[in-house]
Amino acid sequence: MTAPSLELIGFTKRFGAMAALDDVSVKIEAGAFHALLGENGAGKSTLVKCAMGYYAADQGQILLNDREVEIAHPRQAHELGLGMVYQHFTLVPNMTVLENFVLSRGDLPAVIDWAAERRALNAYFETTPFTVPVDVAVADLAAGQKQKGEILRQLYLKRNLLILDEPTSVLTPDEADEVLTTLKKLTDDGQITIVTITHKFREVNTYCDAVTVLRRGQLIGTKPTSELDNDMMAEMMVGRRETRTVVEREIRAPGKAVLKLEGLSVADNVGQLAVEDLALEIRAGEIVGVAGVSGNGQRELVETLAGQRDHEAGRMLVHGEVYTATRPEMVRHRIACLPEEPLRNACVADMSVAENMALRSFDQSPSSPDGIRLRRGPMRETARKLIEAYKVKTPGPDAAIRGLSGGNVQRAVLARELSSEGDLLIVANPCFGLDFAAVAEIRARIVQARNRGAAVLLVSEDLDEILQLSDRIVVMFDGRLALQTDAASADVGAIGRAMAGH
Amino acid sequence: MDGSDIGLWGVPLAMLAGAIRVSTPFIFVSLGECLTERSGRINLGLEGTLMMGAMSAYGTALLSGSPWLGVLVAAGVGLMLGALHAALCQLPRVNDIATGIGLMLFGTGLAFFLGKPYIQPKAPNLGALDLGGWSSIPQVQQALQVNPLFIVGIVLAFALAWALKNTRWGLIVRLAGESVDAALAIGASVARVRLLATAVGGAFAGIGGAFLSLYYPGSWNEGLSSGQGLMAVALVIFARWDPIRCLWASLLFGAAGAISPALQSVGVTQGYYLFSAAPYVLTLALMIATCSPARSLRGAPAELGAVK
Repeated sequence: MTAPSLELIGFTKRFGAMAALDDVSVKIEAGAFHALLGENGAGKSTLVKCAMGYYAADQGQILLNDREVEIAHPRQAHELGLGMVYQHFTLVPNMTVLENFVLSRGDLPAVIDWAAERRALNAYFETTPFTVPVDVAVADLAAGQKQKGEILRQLYLKRNLLILDEPTSVLTPDEADEVLTTLKKLTDDGQITIVTITHKFREVNTYCDAVTVLRRGQLIGTKPTSELDNDMMAEMMVGRRETRTVVEREIRAPGKAVLKLEGLSVADNVGQLAVEDLALEIRAGEIVGVAGVSGNGQRELVETLAGQRDHEAGRMLVHGEVYTATRPEMVRHRIACLPEEPLRNACVADMSVAENMALRSFDQSPSSPDGIRLRRGPMRETARKLIEAYKVKTPGPDAAIRGLSGGNVQRAVLARELSSEGDLLIVANPCFGLDFAAVAEIRARIVQARNRGAAVLLVSEDLDEILQLSDRIVVMFDGRLALQTDAASADVGAIGRAMAGH
Repeated sequence: MDGSDIGLWGVPLAMLAGAIRVSTPFIFVSLGECLTERSGRINLGLEGTLMMGAMSAYGTALLSGSPWLGVLVAAGVGLMLGALHAALCQLPRVNDIATGIGLMLFGTGLAFFLGKPYIQPKAPNLGALDLGGWSSIPQVQQALQVNPLFIVGIVLAFALAWALKNTRWGLIVRLAGESVDAALAIGASVARVRLLATAVGGAFAGIGGAFLSLYYPGSWNEGLSSGQGLMAVALVIFARWDPIRCLWASLLFGAAGAISPALQSVGVTQGYYLFSAAPYVLTLALMIATCSPARSLRGAPAELGAVK
């Protein structure tokens, strides 16, 4: 195998009114280990998915070994030797490594001679820099071995240009080093070319030859890693920013601690610790912004606080009492929560707007006189008031909430959560995917809650949002707090480095 | 039966005999369900298929005089019911479970309706092989009277396990059940694979029905299956979608079903009905022991909606 070069010229891709990619051009040299760096939503995944034929770009030209090629379907990309390794695993868990490899080849005989296939695969593994056990079900492999298996399968299928989408996000640093070291060796030998999407500066510095930085769909630049240091990369990635834009906020000293996390550890869906030994305090009248690249434990943290996930160790205290996220505790401590994807996490999609707005209070007066019977009238009346106060665009209180636009679902849930004048507000990515006006309004509501003395935990992947709203900023990386700083004296470069694990 | 000369040994012996006799329909239905579920589809209608198989086999044997022709017709009827289920499930917004329950009621109802004339007359039996000739003890001889379908069932279990592991066809069935994306990536038609797997699974269940009416209990009536088709679905989960384990689980269920008559044969008559409930209690106990809300079952086909 010889490594090809790849050039992407003038790629533009729009999703509706939003330009995910705006005239982006990248040249990847043959045998390079090339990093694509950028925040969430910078357009890295969109770019490689266009190159692999998963998306049709609005504009753009692909040169492979300086020859123009057309890639309209992933199968065409595969035939040209392009392969992609994802953040999530694509090997079938209930089959062995051998079965997975042989099946993906696609040219099966009627009866498979497993002894011969096993010999052939073992012989092939003699030539590869790392191996995985052949006869073990993929489900039984550790995450690092699974990722190696994914890469090996690409090599086995004779793909010589690999695109890795955050390949190490599921690996421990040691596993990541092992995989990347061997890949580096393959590129140095001129066998394959690698494009890797990453947020981690350490990996870029150690393994990559060149870096392309994207920000909000724009190309910021491509440079050899030897000419860059962490500060420069952080600046390219997050840019120079205004740390404060105008949201009316009262100057007020924070009050007593409302939420206190002590040594909190939370496991993710596969049982690995997503949040590890986390300690955090949020006081009345302050907004604590949790910054970080997604997948560093923020989702699990919010789910734990909202009662959607159990924690493994540590404890949560609200107003000094142990808090286990039960409904009575939430009512007593007046906790409000606006999780990400509210339609999925905080609504019953097929119920009406009025019913969804009553989810916190349907068994209390006036919606219910005795906790058993429900009264539609007052419920609808409350909803009508909230709809007006929060300008929720809906055909009426009886319309199913599923039919509302994303911004209006967000407004409806925010109306419900803020109407109780809570002491603690937990918000996750509140403005994701919303238009400009909606963003400004929802941010203003959050600051209002803070101004009236609520403690606010704001988890967001949008650094601008964090900088704009927070009194204090913490950065989560790999389940831990990598940085804690006052927003007033925050150094954007330091935040960017902390987000990348430095 | 006179159990006094071998004493309490009569109980395990009768349970062995029961395991052999009662387990056969379980084997066929569970293998059918196993195949269907490995392709990523669930078919709860096999209870109905079992009844239709029993009725059509009995009717055919009665009219033609050949019980083996009856078995063949039962398989054909099962094949058609399975294909019907698969075809319905492929329509947009159609739910496997609801369709399955619908076909279960349809199958039993149709079998009762068409089977009315066959309740009285006596059709020819499938007969048995005497494998107990080496023993002089009559109870042993009786216990080892084995129906050929039992042996076919055992062979089928091993053949299915082999095919799922070693043939292109088997691997593609499993891929359709594990990952639709991966199946599409190698150009397999998931819909066609599931149609075939469900149809063949239905044919297996039909044969199980033929055993009920043509060997043990060996007549056609409306209480013939008593939920065995549904228990077989539970049994597949217990067997973790493995044909060989389906075989062992079927034998276990068969033995549980034989506890009550076995105890009666040695004179324990108290609690007859309580012991009759053994297979159902076993089903419940296994379900409680093997299911957990926190994790999905190991070995469960990933695309199987019911266990997702």
